[in-house]
Amino acid sequence: MAEQEQKRKQAPARSDDAVVDEAAPSTEQGDKLKAELDDLLDEIDEVLESNAEDFVKSYVQKGGE
Amino acid sequence: MAITKVCGIETEYGIVVRGSDLNPIAASSLLINAYLGSINRRVTWDFMDEMPGNDARGYRLDDSFPPEIETHLVNAVLTNGARYYVDHAHPEISTPECVSALEVVRFDRAAEEIIRASMKAANRLIGPDAEVIVHKNNSDGKGNSYGCHENYLVARETPFGRLVQQITPHFLSRQVFCGAGKVGCELPGITAEQVPFQITQRADFFEEEVGLETTLKRPIVNTRDEPHCDPAKYRRLHVIIGDANLSEVATYLKVGSTAIVLAMIEDNAVDVDLTIAQPVPAFRRISQDPTLTTAIGLRSGHTMTALEIQWELLRCAQRYAAQRGLDCVGDEVGHDVLRRWETVLTGLESNRTSVAHWVDWVAKERLLEGYAERHSLSPGDTRLRALDLQYHDMRAERGLASRMGFERLVPEAECISAMADPPLTTRAYFRGRCLQKWPNDVVAANWDSMVFDVGREPLRRVPMMEPLRGTASHVSSVIDESESAAELLARLAT
Repeated sequence: MAEQEQKRKQAPARSDDAVVDEAAPSTEQGDKLKAELDDLLDEIDEVLESNAEDFVKSYVQKGGE
Repeated sequence: MAITKVCGIETEYGIVVRGSDLNPIAASSLLINAYLGSINRRVTWDFMDEMPGNDARGYRLDDSFPPEIETHLVNAVLTNGARYYVDHAHPEISTPECVSALEVVRFDRAAEEIIRASMKAANRLIGPDAEVIVHKNNSDGKGNSYGCHENYLVARETPFGRLVQQITPHFLSRQVFCGAGKVGCELPGITAEQVPFQITQRADFFEEEVGLETTLKRPIVNTRDEPHCDPAKYRRLHVIIGDANLSEVATYLKVGSTAIVLAMIEDNAVDVDLTIAQPVPAFRRISQDPTLTTAIGLRSGHTMTALEIQWELLRCAQRYAAQRGLDCVGDEVGHDVLRRWETVLTGLESNRTSVAHWVDWVAKERLLEGYAERHSLSPGDTRLRALDLQYHDMRAERGLASRMGFERLVPEAECISAMADPPLTTRAYFRGRCLQKWPNDVVAANWDSMVFDVGREPLRRVPMMEPLRGTASHVSSVIDESESAAELLARLAT
């Protein structure tokens, strides 16, 4: 495709100061999210709508904006 | 200098009633009336100044259809300054006018709580065999879409052509952090194998670059020119391209980054040309590529990914903030938005999981992938679509988004108080406080005026054409000190 043949513009250099605390993905945060996701997947059958598949099939929203 | 970015969000919610044959309009009316009944409130909206057919480009196209106003449907003003109404076949809440992204998040969250309270009230009315269920989403997965619109106050003198040109790259690329995610694609002929998951709910539904419509031939930049304030000084940019977010930080970044980019456009401070060659297909291509590597052609001949466009806009915003400050979006909030904007781009680029507690589509994608892996599901499995839908479910006991570990920006107590109390910072304060104190004397209200009936005299309309007048610092003492609405009006007249 023509777009991809063109020269890719370099992303600008980024300064790393001032964002270290927030930007560095902490292992702790990642572990916490992973554990939460696992817990959610463990309990999801209880949380899921009892007839979730029928529900999504019949979900129709007409008319908006 | 850029003017204060007064802003707000209008959200149309999906609604179904299980165990009943109520149509969506009746169900929406039931939902809202049940809530109004539960809080004993009934002040109606005033349509006097609504002109949704006006076009910001200064002309009208013969084949364009301005939205209709359905005055017979339920339409109420709340004491927090918000509007709660039936829009076509959906319940919709417009937040009051706010002055920062953080304030918008607070009132958007309050709107969610109002929806939850409404569901409870409605379900008490319709009995145990039926249930009203509301979703904060933008698509039914079957080709029907409904909106989450943002509004920003922009100086009338800003050339509209420049506004369109410079905001479009942001609208197309910001989805990398504010897309709500969707299983599959609703465009004809595209299979679940081709697009198993995409970043936005809305990209499938946009067909034009600029235009007046919101329900068909949807445009990337909407030209509805209905400022709800002094039209000689202001326009209200009506943004229809966004998804409804469940993550507070996503809403915060969506509104915060857009407000800053609009301030830069007003000050003619966008010093990079990011004009996209073909915006409509670019929107879809970005949405359909969760790897975020798709390169988009610019009019300049370069190509850039959505992330690279975002980095350019962020660098521009950082230079702008250093040179001119960010008072127009709230200085403290503005700088926090810049920090988080940088963090989210860094995370999306280097370690997706690090922003799963901020970005809806990333959280949803992880949930879907985890579930598909456990149950060996293939793309297009109905169970994945069911999971996607339930992510947006507003019922506390069912909704999946609230279980994703999202960072909260607004304490619960502040969300609850924002269900009833207006912001202090805009004319919504005057609207909300008058409704709280004199509900029986306010006949009707809308964004830019209120109508009082204080007996003896004819109805009195109080115009509110300046969004930043009527704030707590202007009128709290006169409202506090007035015994009656008549006294208030007399004091305002002097």
